[in-house]
Amino acid sequence: MADKRTYEVIFIVDPDTADNEVMQLSEGVQKIITGQGGNITKTEMMGKRQLAYEINHKKNGTYVLLEVEGSGAEIAEVERRMRVNDQILRYMTIRVDEMRRRADKLKGRRARKAAKQPATGKAKKAEAQSEAEEEEPAA
Amino acid sequence: MSSNYEDRDFGFEREYDRTMPRGPRRMQRRKMCRFCIEKVDLIDFKDVKLLQSYVPERGKILPRRISGVCAAHQRMLAEAIKRARNIALLPYAAD
Repeated sequence: MADKRTYEVIFIVDPDTADNEVMQLSEGVQKIITGQGGNITKTEMMGKRQLAYEINHKKNGTYVLLEVEGSGAEIAEVERRMRVNDQILRYMTIRVDEMRRRADKLKGRRARKAAKQPATGKAKKAEAQSEAEEEEPAA
Repeated sequence: MSSNYEDRDFGFEREYDRTMPRGPRRMQRRKMCRFCIEKVDLIDFKDVKLLQSYVPERGKILPRRISGVCAAHQRMLAEAIKRARNIALLPYAAD
């Protein structure tokens, strides 16, 4: 696990906790991550919003989003801590570096395709095809 | 053995006997994938507004035969919706 990975950690804090407490909690989480050798690249307080379904009989929650760079060890640690914290209703970690790499690849492929053939020709072909499909069921 | 051939359905009749309820085929322009047109490479699970348009009232994922989304983007969309459900941005089921 030597390679660098990027994660998005999102967690929902109990709506009854005060704003400064949420800040403290978020800072605590960040400290754990940096302590384990991770890097925080982005923090975002998404604020209080309604949950789509009740979690622990709570209808609202404060969302906090962190973007973390690291090996994965700090994610394990921070998830362990969040699991036992009663103030955190729900957490989820998503690995985003692979997703982004794939998106870049798609973007590159599209750029190459656009360079190879002018867009107008392709659009016309697609149009003709769709028209042919329409006529068939009518006949 | 030679019992009731009349009762059996050999499927010959069906060609002419169209009693099955079948309205006139509606002509509809083939929908283009919205994400392909907008050149979307990544569907973010946090984009609730976008995802909501692919989750009808019941909370189920809209099939692509209805929405016209291409297979590749439907996969991305489904994954994003499932992630959003996990973190309570979207419902698993609504009544």
